[in-house]
Amino acid sequence: MKVTLWGTRGSLATPGPEAVRYGGNTACVEVRGEDGSLLVLDAGTGVRRLGDTIRPEIGRVDLLLTHLHMDHVQGLGFFEPLFMPGLPVHVWGPSSTTEDLGARLCRYLSPPLFPVRLRDLPCRLVLHDVVQLGDFRAGKFEVQASLVCHPGPTVGFRIQENASSMAYLPDHEPALGVRNFPEEPEWTSGFELASGVDLLIHDAQFSDDEYPRYVGWGHSSISHALRFAELAGVNTLVPFHHEPSHSDRLLDELYERALASRRLPFELAPATEGASFEI
Amino acid sequence: MAQREIELILMRQLASYLAQPILLVNANGDLLFFNEPAEAIVGKRFDEIVDIRRGEWTALFKPSDNHGAPIKREDLPLTIAIDKRQPAHLRYWIQGLDGVRRKVENTAFPLVGQAGRILGAVGIFWEIDCA
Repeated sequence: MKVTLWGTRGSLATPGPEAVRYGGNTACVEVRGEDGSLLVLDAGTGVRRLGDTIRPEIGRVDLLLTHLHMDHVQGLGFFEPLFMPGLPVHVWGPSSTTEDLGARLCRYLSPPLFPVRLRDLPCRLVLHDVVQLGDFRAGKFEVQASLVCHPGPTVGFRIQENASSMAYLPDHEPALGVRNFPEEPEWTSGFELASGVDLLIHDAQFSDDEYPRYVGWGHSSISHALRFAELAGVNTLVPFHHEPSHSDRLLDELYERALASRRLPFELAPATEGASFEI
Repeated sequence: MAQREIELILMRQLASYLAQPILLVNANGDLLFFNEPAEAIVGKRFDEIVDIRRGEWTALFKPSDNHGAPIKREDLPLTIAIDKRQPAHLRYWIQGLDGVRRKVENTAFPLVGQAGRILGAVGIFWEIDCA
């Protein structure tokens, strides 16, 4: 399994000279299986460049959406496979308690927010509600989806191919309401998805100093991400969903400080746009 | 042990911050959690309790009405919330694990997650001052 980061920024696309290395595009991750099969995780602005690398010959694309906040779907209308006639594109994402996935997506992919309607896309679009499914197969991958702690219906994903595993929890606040984080695994949001994975891509939007001002916004501090990864026993942690106001220089400082503060039982690889991981 | 559903995790976290006595049970009616204010009604600290299974509630807490007549398990608010998926309310007496009888008001409601998943139920208690 090869994992490539096409968008690492949280909340808002952040182009500019201060965001060159960590990147300015919002959440999008490519997962390639051994046979070249493709999973796309979220459709933030990073999905546009990924889409340009995909040819109709691929035969099938699976797009997994953790939730429908704008920074995770804004690139949808610019994802080239959606405009490839007849190409099967399976979109997996959460419904709400009152609307199915299609109705929720139509809120964005329709005027006045977007000129092209979902129903007018020329690909062969198949929508799947992951809240009802729980575990499913997306192409060659075994996927587990579970609701996690973030405002609105939001899932995290655990993805397995043969003995390789990864978890993707880009928007996640497992420390919300926990007095001494982390609690026991049984009572920790997202634990089962992340338990023992080779690679964990996890929300680390805020510095420890910033977090108290944003409790309940659905995101983690860097320390929370580190402690969650330690509890889950992962091999590599990729802190992700960087706060838009954090420059390359500040992110370097924050992660140098995090590394110096404690001995970590896993590899720490803060997300940078374009980075790849072989699992 | 498997991780609990997110709705149960959030409910427990909310309960741990509230000053009202709250019990949380799973979809079988087995005890998952009670908060610190509920310790005064249960008569023990949560960490001192190993397990309370669905069928053990009436034997442990001996619920009864104003006349001392036992209340059947199926008439207790938490049982109604689980079995009938309805909110329920009752004023009755229970005997805590410390042996003290207390008069309580108890409201219970089911926790229904997305896609209609029954996750458990919440019981909120108010101790009635009989002095």
